[in-house]
Amino acid sequence: MTQVELPLFYTFHFYLFGLIAVVSAVLFVTRKSPVAAALWLVNTMFCLAALYVLLDAQFIGAIQVLVYAGAIMVVFLFVIMLLNLGHPSELADARGLGWKLAAGFVGLALLAEVFTLTRSKIPLKFLELKPGALATQIATEGAIAPVAKPLFTEYLLAFELTSVLLLVAIVGAVVLGRRTKDAG
Amino acid sequence: MLAESLFFSAVLFVIGVVGVLTRRNAIIIFMCVELMLNAVNLAFVAFAQVYGMAGQVFVFFVMTVAAAEAAVGLAIIIALFRHRKTVNLEQINLLKG
Amino acid sequence: MLLSGVQEAAQHAAAGTAMDWLWLVPVLPLLGFVLNGAISLFTATKFGPADPSAAGHGHGHGADSHASDGHDHAHPEPHRLAWLSSIIGPGVLIAAFGVAVAVFMAYRAGAGEHGEPVVQNYFQWVVTGDLSISASLMIDQLSLVMLLVVTGVGALIHVFSVGYMREDPGYPRYFAYLNLFVFFMLVLVLGASYPVLFVGWEGVGLCSYLLIGFWFSEKANADAGKKAFIVNRIGDFGFLVAMFLLFSNLGSLDFTTLRSTAGTLQPGGVLVTTICLFLFLGCTGKSAQMPLYVWLPDAMAGPTPVSALIHAATMVTAGVYLIARSSFLFALSPVASLTVVVVGALTAVFAATIGLKQWDIKKVLAYSTVSQLGYMFIGVGVGAYAAGIFHLITHAFFKALLFLGSGSVIYAMHRAYHATHSHDDAQDMRNMGGLKKHMPWTFGLMWIATLAIAGVPVFSGFFSKDEILTSVFVRARESTLAEAHWFGIPGNVVLYVCYALGLAAALLTAIYMTRMMIYTFHGPNRSGEKERAHLAEAPWVMTGPLVVLGVLSALGGLLNLPAFIPVKSTAVLEHWLHPVVGESALQITNGAAPEISHSLEYTLVGIAVLIAALGIWFAFYRLKPEELVPKSQSKPEEGFDRVLEQKYFVDEGYARFIVNPTLTTSRNLLWRGIDVGLIDGLMVNGGAWTARAFGWLGSALQSGQVGTYAWVLVLGVLAVLGAVTLR
Repeated sequence: MTQVELPLFYTFHFYLFGLIAVVSAVLFVTRKSPVAAALWLVNTMFCLAALYVLLDAQFIGAIQVLVYAGAIMVVFLFVIMLLNLGHPSELADARGLGWKLAAGFVGLALLAEVFTLTRSKIPLKFLELKPGALATQIATEGAIAPVAKPLFTEYLLAFELTSVLLLVAIVGAVVLGRRTKDAG
Repeated sequence: MLAESLFFSAVLFVIGVVGVLTRRNAIIIFMCVELMLNAVNLAFVAFAQVYGMAGQVFVFFVMTVAAAEAAVGLAIIIALFRHRKTVNLEQINLLKG
Repeated sequence: MLLSGVQEAAQHAAAGTAMDWLWLVPVLPLLGFVLNGAISLFTATKFGPADPSAAGHGHGHGADSHASDGHDHAHPEPHRLAWLSSIIGPGVLIAAFGVAVAVFMAYRAGAGEHGEPVVQNYFQWVVTGDLSISASLMIDQLSLVMLLVVTGVGALIHVFSVGYMREDPGYPRYFAYLNLFVFFMLVLVLGASYPVLFVGWEGVGLCSYLLIGFWFSEKANADAGKKAFIVNRIGDFGFLVAMFLLFSNLGSLDFTTLRSTAGTLQPGGVLVTTICLFLFLGCTGKSAQMPLYVWLPDAMAGPTPVSALIHAATMVTAGVYLIARSSFLFALSPVASLTVVVVGALTAVFAATIGLKQWDIKKVLAYSTVSQLGYMFIGVGVGAYAAGIFHLITHAFFKALLFLGSGSVIYAMHRAYHATHSHDDAQDMRNMGGLKKHMPWTFGLMWIATLAIAGVPVFSGFFSKDEILTSVFVRARESTLAEAHWFGIPGNVVLYVCYALGLAAALLTAIYMTRMMIYTFHGPNRSGEKERAHLAEAPWVMTGPLVVLGVLSALGGLLNLPAFIPVKSTAVLEHWLHPVVGESALQITNGAAPEISHSLEYTLVGIAVLIAALGIWFAFYRLKPEELVPKSQSKPEEGFDRVLEQKYFVDEGYARFIVNPTLTTSRNLLWRGIDVGLIDGLMVNGGAWTARAFGWLGSALQSGQVGTYAWVLVLGVLAVLGAVTLR
């Protein structure tokens, strides 16, 4: 894959946000308090949004902040607060050291396998766009149009189904969250 | 930037997996799953830069489904908490056998 | 082909004669076993545990059990059905002897016209692949001789046992085992092939075990039985290996076929020497030669008639019979034959030295048997097969007489001790003495046997022993053995040395046998004042067979008189056995009948007689029975006497260097290590543990724990990705 010459500004910020994302994720996984963990996850998502923008997916970046960080994580925090699970001392203890080491080992193994796979299987060359094609497309059509066009043409069926899915989810959430008569 | 993005994506994904394996709090496990989904989104976006918009469209759908899943999942957790007064997964094992 | 054709012709001639009834000879004792066994079991189950085999608590009441339990028993009662066993037991033997005589007559009358063997096939025993063994009995000159000896001497001993074992509660069981033994012994001597012979070989080993441990409630007796069986087994291993080698190289195992095909083996080659040496290993076990003789003295724990029959006249001679039967193999291998001679000679001298210092009368006779068997092996080893068999026959006569005579003595001693409620040893010579006044018939007959065994002229033993010694001397001068080398030593040197050893053994034999007679019958009586009154001759049912054996011991020499005696029929036995062993004997003497000048022969005979006389005189001169004290008051032996009395500590040596290491290895390595640790621990318990572990894993999969499910999921992903990665 031919590389476009990228300015240092770009590369530096890419690595910066990537690093912060990883560090935030590690911190998120190791927090005892669910609230702190959720907030670190929010931070991770912000960094990812920045990465999306750097990768010519501005719309997705915006959506990430609006939907993921702004709605989903807020719902999480709502539930944590609702159930009064925020105190670090009660639950949220991770398993023992042995388990952690085993999990770490499994994780490393998974990482190794993914690396091997991505190195060995070179993506199909003939499907590649010209470098910089996406950037020019966005420059001409704007940030949203390139996403919307396939969404409403090629993937229309999936779009419609997604709306049904959301309906089902809403109904399900309401039903499940309902208080029954004898619940305390 | 494809290789770097994939690298970060893989690392974030593995961190999510380790979190799922290690933690006992149901909500935190759920959030680790969200982290994994985000890592995958990053990979899609990176590929979209090389192979076309289908990647970003897919990210769109992933987010939608993640939202639906979060809603229903949290509702389940609330219902569980009401019955068992705990979200510690080790104590929620009535499905055993 | 020619041989089988001739056989068929012979069989035609044999049909319709007594040969058809050959099967009856072994089957009659077998029938006796079944009937006596049934009697024994029936009475044990119906009438209660009077028989020690039923209860395990009884004590033997035969004359020589050593039940030292401390309390007196009431006067023992004979077995309730003893009268029936008294008829069946000896009865079948006498009938078998009768049939044997009829078969003998038929054979002589021409059933085996040209002297070839008659084989009766009864049924196919083993048919598998290349191997085909049939259950068949063979009559030829050699097996006829053995047949007559076994049934004849066996019948006499059965009759003796009627009196000896009268008061034993295990009376029917005794006769059952004794009959079974005779059955197996007859299978052994009549077998037409090595496997059938081996059936008899093993069977007599089994019966020996059963009879030695007849009074098994005494641990020492049971141990002696076990020892006999186990030591025999070592020899059996040698026999089996020899059979395997024979089959894999010559393709057949029956005697007639092997006699014709053995010529294909290379004379003096490694194969035939190996086969012969392994066969000889079997013989050392069965016939109690070095190094496997140790069971025979211990076997004296059994009833005395058993010692007479099994361990003097028949079973132990099976080894000599085997070598005579395999003469066509041994003649091909000078090294193996020399080995036989050397082992025989060494055993003869070794056992004779031990016999000099034994105090138990039966042990003296046991070591004497070992020594005389050595003589027989010298004979068959040196190629004088007829001489070896001759000594086998005469030995059967006089040794059976000696054992039965000692049985009478022990019977009398035991009765005396019973009457005075003493618990002294009834078999120790230090408690005897002066018995010639009380038991004149036994005294006289045992002197006949002693003179025979010492080799005093006119008695049978003189002729047979002399024949063997002369044969050794002659073959030392000229034979394939003399030309061969035995471990580097020239064959003729070996043979001369063995001749000297044979003379030494003859001297020692004369000494210790005379010693036995002096201490038992001459001199003052040491049994005690009160006991003396009860010492008496045994009943006629016991003394009668002694008389018959005495006559045979005296006149048995007529069977094979040496050539220099100016009578009409000399060397009868040798001519009789010529068709069987003559060819092999000639092979050893390089084709010519051994010749020796009359003067040399007279000299050799003279030397032998001189030795015998010297031994007897020396014993009378040196041994003073007046100086003996009863066993309870005797001091233990010291110095070299002690070494001899303790039989050179051979048993202790075996225990220390062979038995205990084997036991320790078995216990620690095989039992604890492999059996308990590996098989029980690792495989059985380990299998169970693994199953439980898998079960635990499986149950973990259904635990209802979401965390576990997550783990399993991730591990599965790992595995699948790993498979894809590695591909």
